[in-house]
Amino acid sequence: MAMHDLARGLRGRPIKPPLSGMSRRRSLWERIHLDPWLLAMLLVLMLSGLVVLYSASGQRLDVVIAQGVRFGVALTGMVIIAQFTPATLLRWALPAYLAGMAMLVAVEVMGDMGMGAQRWLVIPGVVRFQPSEMMKLAVPMMVAAWLSRRELPPGWQDLVVCAVLIGAPVLLIARQPDLGTSLLVAMAAVFVILLAGLSWRVILLLGGLAASALPLLWMTMHAYQRQRVLTLLDPQSDPLGAGWNIIQSTTAIGSGGLWGKGWLQGTQSQLEFLPERHTDFIVAVLGEEFGLVGMLAFLALYLMIVCRGLWLAGAAQETFGRLLAGSIILTFFIYVFVNVGMVSGILPVVGVPLPLVSYGGTSSVTLLAGFGILMAIHSHRRLLPR
Amino acid sequence: MRQQRDTLKNTEQELRVFRLRALLAVLVVIILTGLLTGRLFYLQVVQHEVYSTRSEKNRVRVEPLPPTRGLIYDRNGVLLAENRPTYNLTLVRERVDDLDETLSLLVDLLELPEEEVEAFRQRSRQRQRPFQPALLMSDLDEEQIARLAVNRHRLPGVEVEAQLLRYYPDAEDLSHVLGYVGRINAEELQTLDTGDYAGTHFIGKTGVERFYEDELHGQAGLRKVETNARGRVLRELGRTDPVPGETLTLTLDKPLQQLAVDLLDGRRGAIVAIAPQSGEILAMASVPGFDSNQFVTGIDVAAYRALQQDLDLPLFNRAIRGSYPAGSTIKPFMAITGLKEGVVTPDTTIYDPGYYQLPNDDRRYRNWLRWGHGRVDLERALAVSNNTYFYSLAHELGIDRIHDSLAQFGFGQRVAADVAGESQALLPSRDWKKARYNQPWYPGETLSVGIGQGYLQITPLQLATATAVLANRGDWVQPRLALEVDGVPVPTALPETPPDIDLTNAAWWDRVYSGMEKVLSGREGTARRSGVGLEYRMAGKSGTAQVFSLGQDQRYNAAELEERLRDHALFMAFAPVEDPQIAVSVIVENAGGGSSHAAGLAREMADFWLLDRQAGKAPVGAGEAGNPDDSATEDG
Repeated sequence: MAMHDLARGLRGRPIKPPLSGMSRRRSLWERIHLDPWLLAMLLVLMLSGLVVLYSASGQRLDVVIAQGVRFGVALTGMVIIAQFTPATLLRWALPAYLAGMAMLVAVEVMGDMGMGAQRWLVIPGVVRFQPSEMMKLAVPMMVAAWLSRRELPPGWQDLVVCAVLIGAPVLLIARQPDLGTSLLVAMAAVFVILLAGLSWRVILLLGGLAASALPLLWMTMHAYQRQRVLTLLDPQSDPLGAGWNIIQSTTAIGSGGLWGKGWLQGTQSQLEFLPERHTDFIVAVLGEEFGLVGMLAFLALYLMIVCRGLWLAGAAQETFGRLLAGSIILTFFIYVFVNVGMVSGILPVVGVPLPLVSYGGTSSVTLLAGFGILMAIHSHRRLLPR
Repeated sequence: MRQQRDTLKNTEQELRVFRLRALLAVLVVIILTGLLTGRLFYLQVVQHEVYSTRSEKNRVRVEPLPPTRGLIYDRNGVLLAENRPTYNLTLVRERVDDLDETLSLLVDLLELPEEEVEAFRQRSRQRQRPFQPALLMSDLDEEQIARLAVNRHRLPGVEVEAQLLRYYPDAEDLSHVLGYVGRINAEELQTLDTGDYAGTHFIGKTGVERFYEDELHGQAGLRKVETNARGRVLRELGRTDPVPGETLTLTLDKPLQQLAVDLLDGRRGAIVAIAPQSGEILAMASVPGFDSNQFVTGIDVAAYRALQQDLDLPLFNRAIRGSYPAGSTIKPFMAITGLKEGVVTPDTTIYDPGYYQLPNDDRRYRNWLRWGHGRVDLERALAVSNNTYFYSLAHELGIDRIHDSLAQFGFGQRVAADVAGESQALLPSRDWKKARYNQPWYPGETLSVGIGQGYLQITPLQLATATAVLANRGDWVQPRLALEVDGVPVPTALPETPPDIDLTNAAWWDRVYSGMEKVLSGREGTARRSGVGLEYRMAGKSGTAQVFSLGQDQRYNAAELEERLRDHALFMAFAPVEDPQIAVSVIVENAGGGSSHAAGLAREMADFWLLDRQAGKAPVGAGEAGNPDDSATEDG
């Protein structure tokens, strides 16, 4: 890549060439700002997810249709977001962050109690959503926006600013309490800093500090959260209580064997031994009915999506877009790792869905919005004149 | 330009750092994915056998089979508690072709109220498994069952399911003694054997149902079933049949029990009848009772509150929990105590001027007859219920000897072998008073106890038991309710019982009996009106328990007192004297004098038991009872 191109890219807004002059060089995909490879892989993932969901929901077509409709809405959102230029996204970073913070405070003050935790913001008759979901994108955007204006690698001053930018929403979300989401938000922002080139010495130092703060985290955890960690260490200690989920999900996965019991044939799943089998524990259904082969196919698909995403991020021309894209795709992988890890019994149970397979609207929208940003960052770079 | 070059250099470096980091990230992602793969390989390949077995076990379900509760009979084989099938209308959604059509057909057939159908429609919309029956209506009557049977072919998926529910045919008469079963509550669940009660919804809450819960409940069975992928039972893999609860035969005589309830005739009170030699409780009535069937399915709040707030306390088992002053019914026991301790002989006499005075005390403890009975010996003291004699006797005995002797008759303790919830009432002693009030015992209090007042309190069951012991010439007998369990006689338990009472001269028992006979048959007997025409020898003693305490020198005027402040009427009796077959205690709350308001009832009980029941003349279930309303002499 020529140095010249990079220099031009940094001068501010990309220069839009007249359409007629460039049209012969631009494919259909470029014109609609989508990455065909990534899109194809996401569609394969979602369609396979719907197939698993049909079985996991107890063969309820209405659930599958509801999920399909959500996917449609989320995909539309993705396509729309992909049309924005990275510069527009950069301009929106601060307003989005502030709006998200305002809503988190609103939830803290008057949030509707839903699912045993204070996560939802309800404007009666209009909308009901989790501001914490939005922060999964808004926080890394804000951090990336801040760092993109600074000299990199980030210095101590930047770290302090970032700590405040990250700490405030993460604490608010953790208080709801939603440990899973708060960790995901923190991870997304930390990825931005790491990708920005934070020096290894600082990384090691902060990593050590974080490790020594673990006991502190333990002390501030809710009783049920501690129970989940303890249960992980010994699920048999409470086989009918907190250990039930893990025992039943590992049984489901383990009994699947190499090839699985076949679609709709999973006895664990179909007999309702599995709790939350169509939401957070859908991997257990997958593992039972499609076996190790099916699991590896899904993991491979996820891995390809992550690699493609990182490739797109590395090809971005601007710091902001690069950092944000890298963070989005790595966070996506964290979803997969944490979800599969908890269902297979190597991580504590936190409420993290399997991306684009678990039943649930909000996370699909956030995830596909993230991919929209990724495509926007990628697809707008070629508009630079050669 | 120079700045720009710096920036350029910087940008180039940034990109290099980013790509390096991204490469590292890919590496970490691959390692973590490898970790997951390793875990999955471990679960699905290495440990596959283990989890496969575990999953297979999941498909096999163990279902409890609840046992049928044991039946309860009276001593003659009359059914007192049974299990009645009730019929519920259920609907299996999976098998119904057209839900709306089926429902409207059901509405026509059963004349279902529209709102009930609406409620069912709502229930059917809930996420129930479609193969599980949903309850549409409970407790169908026979006509409805018949109509459903006729139209069965038009109603696929509609079933009539039977469920056994406890039923008490004579709930009101037996509610207290039998008790009732009710749904197991959370507290009971903690102490229960969960395996045995897995399929059981009911447990004995009070009375016999509670005391004999273990025998009546039986043992749960098991059914191992294989379920298909939808959780429906495919086939039975194994089965252990439940062992039904044992049949319980009670000592109660249903007609006598019925008579006792009828005699009390809606008043508040209790009658207990015991066979003196065996301790078998022949009747134990507490009136008013209640419809215990209401409690089986769960009584509604309003009805329960009505029962609880009823001033007559229908939920209160007076026979075993009611604590009453003994009144003069204590006097025969005092007489035995005096004879046993050698304080008096049957021929000892005192002079009664109408009151008794402690040495060095001005206070006069009055006889109920103001001018006194003159010279009185033991038999006459019992017959006329002379207070002065017993004041004197009590004073000479002292509270310690009185306490120990009355305890031998069963007072102040739970007497029965198998009655749940019995009260021990109160047999006062020096120690008790010290512990309760931190006060010494005063001699005047001994006098009150001597005529059955003061701190002394008894239950009707205790009084009947003591009467039986008295009739047995001092041999302890423990009252009990169970005669046979599954046809096997219940062994008469040998618990730590009060020792038998021995008198230096065995003939003195007869002198006390003679005094008690004169109560009913003597010229001066307080209850002589109730003794008219006796066909056998009956010994008894009346008692009047003050609810409203009188001040010194106050006269008692029943008419002036409000009904609920009037005295309780008591009577204790046994018969025939030479071979006691029945010992009875009667307490009628706020009825007035015991000789006039309780003695007649005891006589009816004895007449019925000795003349009708024992001779086998009365048809089972008959309980014809008059209520003689003769007035008799007032006693104290």
